Amino acid sequence: MSENKQNSAPKSYLEETGGRKGIFKWILSTDHKRIGLLYLYSIMAWFFIGVTLGVLMKLELIAPGKTIMGAQSYNATFTVHGVIMIFLVVIPGLPAVFGNFMLPIQIGAKDVAFPKLNLLSWYIYIAGSILVVSSLFAGGGPPDTGWTFYAPYSFKTGTNMLPAVLGAFVLGFSSILTGLNFIVTTHRLRAPGMSWMKLPVFPWAIYGTAWIQLLATPIVGITLLMVLGERIFNIGFFDPAKGGDPILFQHLFWIYSHPAVYIMILPAMGAISEIIPTFSKKTIFGYRFIVFSTLAIAFVGYFVWGHHMFTSGMSGTALFTFSILTFIVAIPSAIKVFNWVATMHQGSISTDVPFLWAASFIFVFLVGGLTGLVLGALATNVHLHDTAFVVGHFHFIVFGGTGFAFFGALHYWFPKIYGKMYDRSWAKTGWAIFFVGYIALYMPMFFLGVMGMPRRYFDYLPEYHGPNIISSLGALVMVTGFVIMVINLFRAVKTGEKAPQNPWGGTNLEWQISSPPTLENFDEIPTIDKATYKYD
Amino acid sequence: MAEEKHHITSYKTYLLVLSLLIVFTLLSVAITQIELSRWAAAAALLVAGIKSTFVLMIFMHLKYDQRMFRVMVGLIVALVVVVIIITMLDFLFR
Ligand code: HEM
Ligand SMILES: [Cu+2]
Repeated sequence: MSENKQNSAPKSYLEETGGRKGIFKWILSTDHKRIGLLYLYSIMAWFFIGVTLGVLMKLELIAPGKTIMGAQSYNATFTVHGVIMIFLVVIPGLPAVFGNFMLPIQIGAKDVAFPKLNLLSWYIYIAGSILVVSSLFAGGGPPDTGWTFYAPYSFKTGTNMLPAVLGAFVLGFSSILTGLNFIVTTHRLRAPGMSWMKLPVFPWAIYGTAWIQLLATPIVGITLLMVLGERIFNIGFFDPAKGGDPILFQHLFWIYSHPAVYIMILPAMGAISEIIPTFSKKTIFGYRFIVFSTLAIAFVGYFVWGHHMFTSGMSGTALFTFSILTFIVAIPSAIKVFNWVATMHQGSISTDVPFLWAASFIFVFLVGGLTGLVLGALATNVHLHDTAFVVGHFHFIVFGGTGFAFFGALHYWFPKIYGKMYDRSWAKTGWAIFFVGYIALYMPMFFLGVMGMPRRYFDYLPEYHGPNIISSLGALVMVTGFVIMVINLFRAVKTGEKAPQNPWGGTNLEWQISSPPTLENFDEIPTIDKATYKYD
Repeated sequence: MAEEKHHITSYKTYLLVLSLLIVFTLLSVAITQIELSRWAAAAALLVAGIKSTFVLMIFMHLKYDQRMFRVMVGLIVALVVVVIIITMLDFLFR
């Protein structure tokens, strides 16, 4: 691909095809922006399927007794829903889509450090997804262990565990390679003058996340291989009958999967930290604290996995240790909430679409975090573990947190990505309906959990009926809001007005280049001399 | 980036490290003869740890690379050690 000539009008990356046609413009391009969009479309496709499965579960739970499916189908539905949402949607989510698109631009680079590896990661992601989904169709029926694959059931059940577990294993490589790529990119490709303390918060968050992807993912990889070894060769790592230890599986699984929840939430916090200052027209409050708490979360997050196992029969010493560490890890998260609120304080706020998503993010994240503390205390956990309360907690954080931040980031960077503007009033309508539906869907779960309704059952006692009706109807309302949002964005890509270079008045590098960016982002690599988030 | 220089290790050093690695391999076999019960795994890991330090430092040139890389590898190893210690808080006190 040739350099742009000085005098010809620079083409955007969407027009620059490298001589390829049709779908090959996308699947053979090593441009970080196109790869980001490849992830966006594939993740969205899986998300639609995941949402459909979720709605089916809610329809089953709208009344006691069997409504639309029986126990085995329900078990399979929540398993596949969980596997798709966790491994195919929220873990790649923000890093693969917005990390890919924005990290190089925000640090003043033309691409990531290893563009080909980047494209390879997407292929691996697709291969892993296909394996996971093939478990739905091959032989013994869809997996029914839950997304956590707990031993010994995961090597005893007759359902299709092999493709699902192998798929999750393959997906891990995509995550590891993406993380590696982003670490090297951040170290090596920062523009001159872009010192670490001038790095915007989003690249910081992607960088912290990348370390978790690189270091934690191999552990789940090995663990999944051990499960395969159990199933195929009956080795006995986790089989008490052979001297193995089923709790070892839970340790190994959560040693990855708790840090993985920070793979989901850190980039989300990063995106929120971009949106809030832009729409408050104020420098981000306590930049150093935000950066420090990002790194602290990434680090301490490694040591709290046992809070998922409080009722599994661990030693008392381990119980205390994990409970205390869990309380400690909540501190840096709270620091961030204070920083966002302080950034808004006395700012000149405009309640535009991305800001609405960001503000509602803070609310749902707060509820999710505080209910996390309820679960982190040993005594309350005994009552609430494996009840609907846990389902409420992690949906508030994973869907409310990561999901809201994803949609906020999408509305924030949409004009940059497509060079088009969406209809703001429809976007606000979509958000409002989504938010109301969301609260109605998940809030009742806290009450149900406290009342004692267990999770992962297709049926419940009549006492639990009331809140379940609200929850199921909420799901339908939320999906309506979601559909409005998606249609609105689709229409904008096709017929939206042309977006200006800097529609929101942001200060970071992505707003100083054209919308959409050119193939190489910058004609000339910029030199950074002023601090980040400076509003005059 | 431009003035990165490449260190050249002599064959003598390589051979020396190789023989050390062989000695340690034999040692990790020998150590299984002693009845260490639950510490057997710890002993095996200790020997393996020493061996991998040699490989990382000499064969993978960490010793001659920027300090930054040694710090990174050191922190990662520390992380793994802490994770193992915490897991042991369950296993040993159950
Ligand atoms: C920051 C983002 C967070 C995410 C993405 C997240 C995600 C999750 C998920 C997915 C589960 C369910 C595991 C299962 O399948 O049983 C869970 C459970 C739990 N979370 Fe969080 N969490 C987050 C924050 C927190 C915080 C801040 C705390 C406490 C300070 C916390 C404490 C817990 C505890 C104790 C459980 C175990 C509940 C049980 O099963 O008994 N979480 N979390
Ligand atoms: Cu956790």
